[in-house]
Amino acid sequence: MAHSDSFHPNLRAEALFILVGDLFQLAVRVLRLTFSRSLEVVETINQIRLLGIKSLSIVNLTAIFAGMVMALQFGTSMARFGAREYVGQVVAMSIVRELGPVLTALMVGGRIGAGITAELGSMRVTEQIDAIRVLGADPLSKLVVPRVLAATLIMPLLTAIADVVGIIGGAIISNLEFGLSPMFYYQSVVELLKVEDFTSGIAKGLVFGFFIGLIACRQGFRTSGGTEGVGQATTQTVVITSVNTLITDLVLTKLLLLL
Amino acid sequence: MTVQPETIISFRGVKKAFDENVVFTDLTLDVLKGETITIMGGSGTGKSVALKILIGLLEPDGGTITVFGQEVNGFRESDWLPIRRRVSMLFQSGALFDSLNVRDNIAYPLRIHFKNISEEEINDTVAEKLRLVGLPGIEAMKPADLSGGMRKRVGLARAIAMNPDVILWDEPTTGLDPINTSRINRLIRRMQDVLKCTSIVVTHDMGSAFNVSDRIAFLYDKRIILVDSVERVRQSEIPEVKNFITGRFEGRYQDDIA
Repeated sequence: MAHSDSFHPNLRAEALFILVGDLFQLAVRVLRLTFSRSLEVVETINQIRLLGIKSLSIVNLTAIFAGMVMALQFGTSMARFGAREYVGQVVAMSIVRELGPVLTALMVGGRIGAGITAELGSMRVTEQIDAIRVLGADPLSKLVVPRVLAATLIMPLLTAIADVVGIIGGAIISNLEFGLSPMFYYQSVVELLKVEDFTSGIAKGLVFGFFIGLIACRQGFRTSGGTEGVGQATTQTVVITSVNTLITDLVLTKLLLLL
Repeated sequence: MTVQPETIISFRGVKKAFDENVVFTDLTLDVLKGETITIMGGSGTGKSVALKILIGLLEPDGGTITVFGQEVNGFRESDWLPIRRRVSMLFQSGALFDSLNVRDNIAYPLRIHFKNISEEEINDTVAEKLRLVGLPGIEAMKPADLSGGMRKRVGLARAIAMNPDVILWDEPTTGLDPINTSRINRLIRRMQDVLKCTSIVVTHDMGSAFNVSDRIAFLYDKRIILVDSVERVRQSEIPEVKNFITGRFEGRYQDDIA
């Protein structure tokens, strides 16, 4: 069977190299502009507000159910060994160090990453980005930097919220299914968790957020081919941000364990 | 002795290709101060590409482009700023910013170029430009609430907000009904009369080209093959030009519909 060109391994490798190169270049330019006088503070705050509000409900929903399912699974398994009183600690540790930042990044990557790409992609195909340049402004300053910064700053915040909500989800199930009082659950969690556990998750959120913003903006800026192209770019953003989150998580986990 | 009008924009042997797709092999054209020149040619001949190269949205692969006596090849983005204060562009779709209302769309270049401009000055300029394009009092409307013709006129109001020396018109009448086409044609002429600016119009709309132009440049086979007055272009015996004007299928214009 003949394969189409887009599935040729060489072309895929080339596309990957172009993606990495683009992201590196964009990251350098965004960092440079972030610390310059041309930073659009008002627009950045506006984006933080918009992206944060948009993502809050989906993050909360994901976190509470993740916490509940984890408590149910661990509680049932641990009850066999007479260790169900430790369910709060296991749930809290898993959420704070791993599931909180990763699930938040996957959800936010899908939700706001796709939103950013769709918005910038539409602006690209309707020549609005060209218009910004012709009118004398820098689209990177006006559009990319505020979005990347907003994604970077809201992710740790959303991760922290997801951590708390996930632990509360675990507490609800621990109480209803395994008869652990909320106070006991709370004390066992506080006893085990250290500040580093939280900060490692928050640090992951920061890095995930930066990449989500960067990838979403890059995909939006490279959109071509009209409305069909916007759809394709949006889908690609969800895929790339998800894969990137999983790979980055592995690297960060290893690095943070070494610290 | 007649004074020759000054050449303010010149393309010399400009080359441009997108991968295998060669757009220009030798684009050569002079634009004179104060004139309205139309670049005419079939779809896909690179008319809009020429405008985008001129304003720095695309980079040429070869040749030289001179704008206001300054060679712009190899310009960095920041180098374009003084040129873009004097050359503005009306995009095919209007390219209005959906998230901003009409007032803020028109105010956009003012806020970028004049950091200390007051809101009163912005209001006055916006109102003046909207009056000039025949749409007074629509400051609060959003682009989504405007018709195609209105979007183009608001796009024009934004393009002239800085009182440019040159306006680039990318397919200004495409997709418009005859009434709106006439309005846009009148506006092109009006900009020349009122603002004394030079216009470069890109179109394949014959009626519009003959109506608004002082000169017409005909783009064919990756280069300009004729630049002349409207009357001479109309009477041209060059087969490609003649066939294009009359809509006949000859030479490269083959009837490929079965």
